[in-house]
Amino acid sequence: MKLHEYQAKEIFADAGIPVPESRLAGSVDEVLDAVDEIGYPAAVKAQVHVGGRGKAGGIKIAGDRDEAAQYAEEILGMDLKGYTVDKVLVEAGVDFVDELYVGVTMDRGEGKPVLMVSTEGGVDIEEVAAENPDAIAREHVDPAFGLHPYQARKVVYEAGVDADVALDVASILSTLYDLYEDSDASEIEVNPVMITSDRDVVAADAVMNIDEDALFRQPELAEMAEESYEDDLERKAGEYGFDYVRLSGNVGIIGNGAGLVMTTLDLVDYYGGAPANFLDIGGGAKAERVANALDMVFSDENVDAVVFNIFGGITRGDEVAKGINEALEQFDEIPKKVVVRLAGTNAEEGMEILNTDLVQVEKTLEDAVQRAVKNAQEVTQ
Amino acid sequence: MSIFVDDDTRVVVQGITGGEGKFHAGQMIDYGTNVVAGAVPGKGGQEVAGVPVYDTVDEAVEAENADASVIFVPPAFAADAVFEALDTDLDLAVAITEGIPTQDMAKVNKRLGETDTRLLGPNCPGIITPGEAKLGILPGNIFADGNVGLVSRSGTLTYQVVDSLTSRGIGQTTAVGIGGDPIIGTSFVDALEAFEADAETEAVVMCGEIGGEDEEQAARFIGEHMDTPVAGFIAGRTAPPGKRMGHAGAIVSGSGTGTAESKINALNDAGVPVGDTPEEVADHIEDFL
Repeated sequence: MKLHEYQAKEIFADAGIPVPESRLAGSVDEVLDAVDEIGYPAAVKAQVHVGGRGKAGGIKIAGDRDEAAQYAEEILGMDLKGYTVDKVLVEAGVDFVDELYVGVTMDRGEGKPVLMVSTEGGVDIEEVAAENPDAIAREHVDPAFGLHPYQARKVVYEAGVDADVALDVASILSTLYDLYEDSDASEIEVNPVMITSDRDVVAADAVMNIDEDALFRQPELAEMAEESYEDDLERKAGEYGFDYVRLSGNVGIIGNGAGLVMTTLDLVDYYGGAPANFLDIGGGAKAERVANALDMVFSDENVDAVVFNIFGGITRGDEVAKGINEALEQFDEIPKKVVVRLAGTNAEEGMEILNTDLVQVEKTLEDAVQRAVKNAQEVTQ
Repeated sequence: MSIFVDDDTRVVVQGITGGEGKFHAGQMIDYGTNVVAGAVPGKGGQEVAGVPVYDTVDEAVEAENADASVIFVPPAFAADAVFEALDTDLDLAVAITEGIPTQDMAKVNKRLGETDTRLLGPNCPGIITPGEAKLGILPGNIFADGNVGLVSRSGTLTYQVVDSLTSRGIGQTTAVGIGGDPIIGTSFVDALEAFEADAETEAVVMCGEIGGEDEEQAARFIGEHMDTPVAGFIAGRTAPPGKRMGHAGAIVSGSGTGTAESKINALNDAGVPVGDTPEEVADHIEDFL
């Protein structure tokens, strides 16, 4: 779960990390009220869950009231990489002389959290990592002991941060680690940490992502969730509780188990089609879930044909077949051709139950995918 | 022969009184697995699926000589259950649970390094040595005894590939699900090492997927240390970057690490053929035998 910059900065400020003065605004008038209080220069920053906001035109620095109004007008309501901006953070401009990167994330290979510091802040850190990996200093933390304060100092010195601000940066990093642990974050990143001309240290940006699997014990953070879905289908998938990812093709895909659904997508591509989505109905799915999944792919206007592939372990083929029949019997005309392949637990019973007036049935995954690809091609021809 | 489990394995089911635990304990017993006990705090003295339930894993080990556990405990309590299994010095713990917080798993992982217990998972379908023992939720009927080892990050993809093998008359020594989470116990390399040492395993299938670098490490291991032939499959060629594809660990990072292409290339470089379809994987295995 991603937090917005303004949410993360509230958490930072509460924890004692210096952040610029700011106000959240949802209209041009609110932006003007905010700059009247904060003064100039002031940054107007889109609050959406995408990276690279600056480059995409979602962050502008206003030098006076007219500019503030103009930028507010431009940014509020704009489409930023598929997300509509409905809030901006208006923030006091920082007179900086240097920019650093600091972050805490999980190194999955090591199975340990890792602190990262670089003096090449203010730019895309993944590019820095790719082109000049030595420019990022790293320090792993023992997850059982937690952070020893010396580790934060060590990695800051190692990165080559100026000596006069090093301890201030280490103190911020140390607090970020505490937040990382206390809030079950998957990632916390400040890019940039700004060093001002007065040699103060300020967190000028804030990225904070929370492990969704830990939200059960982070009720306050769970309430901060403002999922801005890319489209209505992703919202619907969230409501139905499906793992769902939308792609750009026209073959709708429903299956069980992440690896097998991914494989089905890959096979659609391999046989010359284009997958429209990843939809995993999960283990042990009953009739209602099956109907919901069909509703998802049918309501995707990009979808021209559907492949439904189940290999039952805990999922029972007869349950799935019943669900498919029930869902499709609601229609006077089936909106899109559905190819079904059932294997595994109770697959034979399922195949017998399936109403072949409503669906096409194939025995193997390869055949089912090829037939669905062909169905889709027939629609587009 | 087999790896990690056989008909001598004595299993305690942690969480046996829950819906999943109870159902799958019954399925494991029906398959012929030596399930000797359950362990659920506060439920000691009950009997479920025909086996006695104890309050702690320690008591189950004392009373029934259990040496392996299968964990069907909800995510909020699962890390604690794994610690209990590790601290009881079992030979093997199999964590089926999906959705354990990653930071909990980091702590488990640290402890794991200090014990001799092998952990499978979490978020895995378990392990099966056909005809001998099944620890987990795999559908036993699709497996057959034979000479091919299989290791996979995904449950249903395992079933798909096993089904292709079995229907061609190719059986398995052991099939191991290592799990779809970012931090897991047994890795591809650990399982491959065990298959290499197993005299009966004549070929190995390795099913990987996008995310992380475990497959690349496995490829290096195969190139340097294995004589047993390996055929591979990698799921997620069409996955867009930055999107979690179902499994918590199945994500291509924005910077482009963890891609299917990187994994396929690494495996090919190590001389491992990678199938474009599950059937092609079975073709490669057939060629090896």
